Amino acid sequence: MRKTSNVAELEAIAKQVRREIVEMITHAKSGHPGGSLSAVEIAVTLFFDVMRHDPANPKWPDRDRFILSKGHAAPVLYSVFAECGYTPKDQLNSLRKLGCMYQGHPDARFIPALEASTGSLGEGLSIGIGMALAAKLDQRPSRTYVVLGDGEIQEGQIWEAAMFGGDKGVDNLVAIVDYNHIQLDGFVNDILPLDPVADKWRAFNWHAIDLDGHSIPALQAAFAEAAQTKGRPTAIIAHTIKGKGVSFMENNPKFHGVAPTEEEMEKALAELA
Amino acid sequence: MEIRTKFELKLGMATREAFGKALVEAGRKNPDIVALDADLSKSTYTSLFAKEFPGRFVECGIAEANMIGIAAGLASGGKIPFAASFSCFAINKGFEQLRVAVAYPNVNVKVVGTHSGISIGEDGPSQMSIEDLGLACSLPNFTVLSPADEVAMHALVHASVAHAGPVFIRAGRPKAPIVHSPDQRFEMGGSVQLMDGSDLSIIGNGLLVAEAIRAAEALEAEGISARVIDMYSIKPLDRAAIQRAAAETRAIVVAEEHLVATGLGVRVAQVVAETNPCAMEFVGIQDTYAESGTPQELMEKYGLVARNVVAAARRVLSRK
Ligand SMILES: Cc1ncc(C[n+]2csc(CCOP(=O)(O)OP(=O)(O)O)c2C)c(N)n1
Ligand SMILES: [Mg+2]
Repeated sequence: MRKTSNVAELEAIAKQVRREIVEMITHAKSGHPGGSLSAVEIAVTLFFDVMRHDPANPKWPDRDRFILSKGHAAPVLYSVFAECGYTPKDQLNSLRKLGCMYQGHPDARFIPALEASTGSLGEGLSIGIGMALAAKLDQRPSRTYVVLGDGEIQEGQIWEAAMFGGDKGVDNLVAIVDYNHIQLDGFVNDILPLDPVADKWRAFNWHAIDLDGHSIPALQAAFAEAAQTKGRPTAIIAHTIKGKGVSFMENNPKFHGVAPTEEEMEKALAELA
Repeated sequence: MEIRTKFELKLGMATREAFGKALVEAGRKNPDIVALDADLSKSTYTSLFAKEFPGRFVECGIAEANMIGIAAGLASGGKIPFAASFSCFAINKGFEQLRVAVAYPNVNVKVVGTHSGISIGEDGPSQMSIEDLGLACSLPNFTVLSPADEVAMHALVHASVAHAGPVFIRAGRPKAPIVHSPDQRFEMGGSVQLMDGSDLSIIGNGLLVAEAIRAAEALEAEGISARVIDMYSIKPLDRAAIQRAAAETRAIVVAEEHLVATGLGVRVAQVVAETNPCAMEFVGIQDTYAESGTPQELMEKYGLVARNVVAAARRVLSRK
């Protein structure tokens, strides 16, 4: 795979990932487009620019770790994995089919390069902190990145992990909250509001950064800032739009967990041309 | 092998939908009923209750352990809370709260776990509940119910309201064949004999009841007479019906969409061992997690369809 810091190149990859997400979920006839599309720039910036990893050597001990704690957004990770060369591209459209490695939620039994099997919300941050602690114990340079949903951080375990991570100074870990303001039943603010999100992480001794989660330069700068931050972990509050890139999915709670129809796919692909 | 039933089993609504509708009805009669959900109300159908009784609906967000604790407090305050989520999240994330805040003090909380078993399909193992009945049954004071169709679910929601004490009700995602007549009565500790037979008994719950009926009809064509029992009350169990089945047919197959190691089968086997020991076979999920696929593909791959029940029947008869 080719890594790059060039924003235009990364944006081109992001657009392609969006197209693949829409196609995969349409073919599967089920899945979660909204939260996959909101996390595209986060995943693309990490895998194609920021992270130390080698698809030819997925178990390299010094690699950086990535955990998609909001596992229902698997399609974004699958598209990125295929583009990196971890997994075959020609099977992406078999998403969710019996026997396909692209399972409904990330499943390390099918794709060993996945760092964790997720899908039950709330669990990824603790696992990531454990990986970060292991890297420290072994004095390895590995850094760990955990992507959380905004609805997901309503889970109590997230705040147990936040308290722990802040106290233990796991400065080799970054949590990214995909703050798209929508969860399954509707808008986060109608269900259980989170604000002030960044201040909550700061209160737990994290370095917190608010940014536009669709701005690749902002993400690059924040990941660099996190790497420079010593003694505490970093939480990036990525302000995003659920369904980003497809006009009729943007900010539309319906497309949390509903697949596009064939017609909707054509419309979406035209917008993402 | 395609197994066809004489009278085509009519597809009813999913038991989760039947739960949502029954809860609204119950809520109209009893103002103390409240519903709780953890960001899955559209999937569990508590959204119907929320629409009609917005003031009595508690949306907890994605926080199942907290939801169970809140339900326990509501019950102590005189309410009759129904807390719903996917079964795996309600039971697994809420288990310690179910144990210490609900079961141990015997608090009047009703927990409804939808999307049970592997018939949820494409979402895969993280959302599949295959250990919920075992976990729920391990909690003293709990009544544990697994209705097979909309008729049973409707009746058992009302029975749960009337019952003082914790109840777990298991519900499914797909539409469920209707196996009961509309006037069938259900009670805690009851069961329903759907077909009589003398060569063996097939005891099932949930979606496997319809598979048991299909299997019994296939066996009948071979001259084998099978009794079919819907054992919807996993705890307490209808010991008398099990004892009769063991004494009269001398061979039992138990079929369920759950881990065989901790589900209905082992509980039935205990009664059989204590009363009239006889040969038994078990149809269920072996010691494994499933995967993504269509519900039907998964039920076939993991051995939960009529032909698996037929095969188990042949095995048990050969050991009789
Ligand atoms: C523990 C747990 N509870 C419930 C669910 C069901 N569920 C899947 S996605 C989702 C909403 C997630 O919202 P959010 O975290 O905001 O994700 P995003 O908006 O990024 O899709 C829910 C409730 C789950 N997967 N895990
Ligand atoms: Mg969200």
